[in-house]
Amino acid sequence: MELNCKHVWAHISEYLDKSVPADLLADIEQHLEHCEICSAVLDSTRNILVLTADNRTFELPLGYSERLHERLRKELGSASEEAMK
Amino acid sequence: MTAAGTTAGAAKERNEAELIARILGGEKELFHDLVRPYERMLYLTAFSIVKNETDAEECAQDAVVNAYRNLAKFRGDSKFSTWLVTIVVNEARQKLRKAKRAKEESLDEAMEGEEGEYTPAPLTDWREIPSEALERKELRETLQKAVADLPDIYRQVFTLRDLQEMNVADTAAALGVNENIVKVRLHRARMMLQKRLVPYLKKSTAPERKGFRGRMPWS
Repeated sequence: MELNCKHVWAHISEYLDKSVPADLLADIEQHLEHCEICSAVLDSTRNILVLTADNRTFELPLGYSERLHERLRKELGSASEEAMK
Repeated sequence: MTAAGTTAGAAKERNEAELIARILGGEKELFHDLVRPYERMLYLTAFSIVKNETDAEECAQDAVVNAYRNLAKFRGDSKFSTWLVTIVVNEARQKLRKAKRAKEESLDEAMEGEEGEYTPAPLTDWREIPSEALERKELRETLQKAVADLPDIYRQVFTLRDLQEMNVADTAAALGVNENIVKVRLHRARMMLQKRLVPYLKKSTAPERKGFRGRMPWS
């Protein structure tokens, strides 16, 4: 089946997740092979996901981990005091 | 998932099950080790819902304390990570409700039913090598802002799926929606981000078609 660009865009996300229905996959790949626009859309979306998954993009607040474990230490401490009563 | 990935996952679950058994048996200090791999997930999930650093941190702490207090109730029929993410989602939603900001969420839900065009920005001259792009602080900040500006329901799904790389089933379970909704929201979120970021990404370098964390068909 001959797909148009819009049809391919509707499946970009599934394509990135490798969950395109089997009967469509070959048609999409064939379209991507000759369509520069769609391959650029695919590349740009994919690279946004690479950026997103990079730990430097979404950083945790400074001292977050220390404060989290401090709170937990207090909880564990108070739990054992309860148990000793 | 690859066979190796599944094996590693199974080994991790076995280790966690052992840790949990020991904690419940009295070695409570081990709880620190149990949650350590999920610190980032806890914060980012909470942030995707409350959209505020202080509140997100408080939710993460409350979730950890809650998980500890209820550990005996964890049955092991789901993954510990899924159980934990469900707890932090609930903490964050409760906090939102307290702040009476739930109204925004219902507005988003209402919007979702409308037929809309979720198409990407068509372009031909876009090429970018991710490792180079990552060195650009400005680009990272633009992406942070774009994600923050997504409608709530799209940002939450995007955060779990693409920031934390959770699978569709776990994301659906954590957010209490079905898998199809996860897929639809994720597609829309990605297309919105693509559209928003394209102007910042244009560069004339050679394309790199290496795999994206093993998810790509050509990797």
